[in-house]
Amino acid sequence: MTDAPLKERTASAEEAELIARLRNGDERAFEALVGRHYGTMLAVARTYVGSRSVAEEVVQEAWLGIVKGLDRFEGRSSLRTWMYRIVVNIAKNRGRREGRSIPFSALAGGNDDAPIDPEWFQGAAERAPGGWRTFPDDWRGIPEDRLVGHETLQRIGLAIDALPPMQAEVLRLRDVLGWTSEEVRNALDLSETNQRVLLHRARSRVRRELDAYLSEGRDDR
Amino acid sequence: MSERALTCHEVVDIITEYLEDTLSPTERRRVEDHLAVCDGCTAYLEQMRETIRLTGMLTEEQIPEEQKRELLEAFRTWVA
Repeated sequence: MTDAPLKERTASAEEAELIARLRNGDERAFEALVGRHYGTMLAVARTYVGSRSVAEEVVQEAWLGIVKGLDRFEGRSSLRTWMYRIVVNIAKNRGRREGRSIPFSALAGGNDDAPIDPEWFQGAAERAPGGWRTFPDDWRGIPEDRLVGHETLQRIGLAIDALPPMQAEVLRLRDVLGWTSEEVRNALDLSETNQRVLLHRARSRVRRELDAYLSEGRDDR
Repeated sequence: MSERALTCHEVVDIITEYLEDTLSPTERRRVEDHLAVCDGCTAYLEQMRETIRLTGMLTEEQIPEEQKRELLEAFRTWVA
């Protein structure tokens, strides 16, 4: 514990306080916790089960399990890692009972959905093999209002929804919620390499969709 | 390990490892050497950073009132 980097120690101090408040029956703390994680839990559960309504049941069941388990939570992992492990376990069991057994490759996305197109780069016989054919756009010229506008964010949301499920799951936890790679690996039981490959594909795909959207109507260049 | 310069395609393929800081010091330096002279990859890296920033602005779906009430009820029962 004393060897943990400063950032982790601060996080666990905050977490210890949150756990104490929950154990004291602080409803506001509980409500805030539910509000913060419900949507992501639903998306995570949806990865493993056949329908949205079943995913809702899974999340509800998981929260009941979390409430009952709070007293036994020993802090060997972070609170949120522990919470998501509960969601994933319940969702996997439900998926199994539903007779859904999806191979990891299908959840993770294969090589056929490669988000980086080799055609962007020059071939072996060209002047600069592996070099850009056309440079990517410089987004710094795009007004901030457009970048953070409702429509742009909506496009990003749609791009994430269209990702293979495990990619979407990793991206949500890492980039929407800001988890560390270690937390994601622990919550989803992924190897370091798998976590990174899923994140790489997901981010590359979202960047590509975002670029397609941002370059609409910019043919005047 | 050869000291051949990385191609743009290679840089794009390992851009997440660069951003995650999981490259070896040698590989990291090769990426930085490339970025120093390549406007295309610099723009690409900037796009990736921007994508991450904008993704961080998304908000997830809110819990329906009914479910929230049910969970609060369970929480109260647990507390009691």
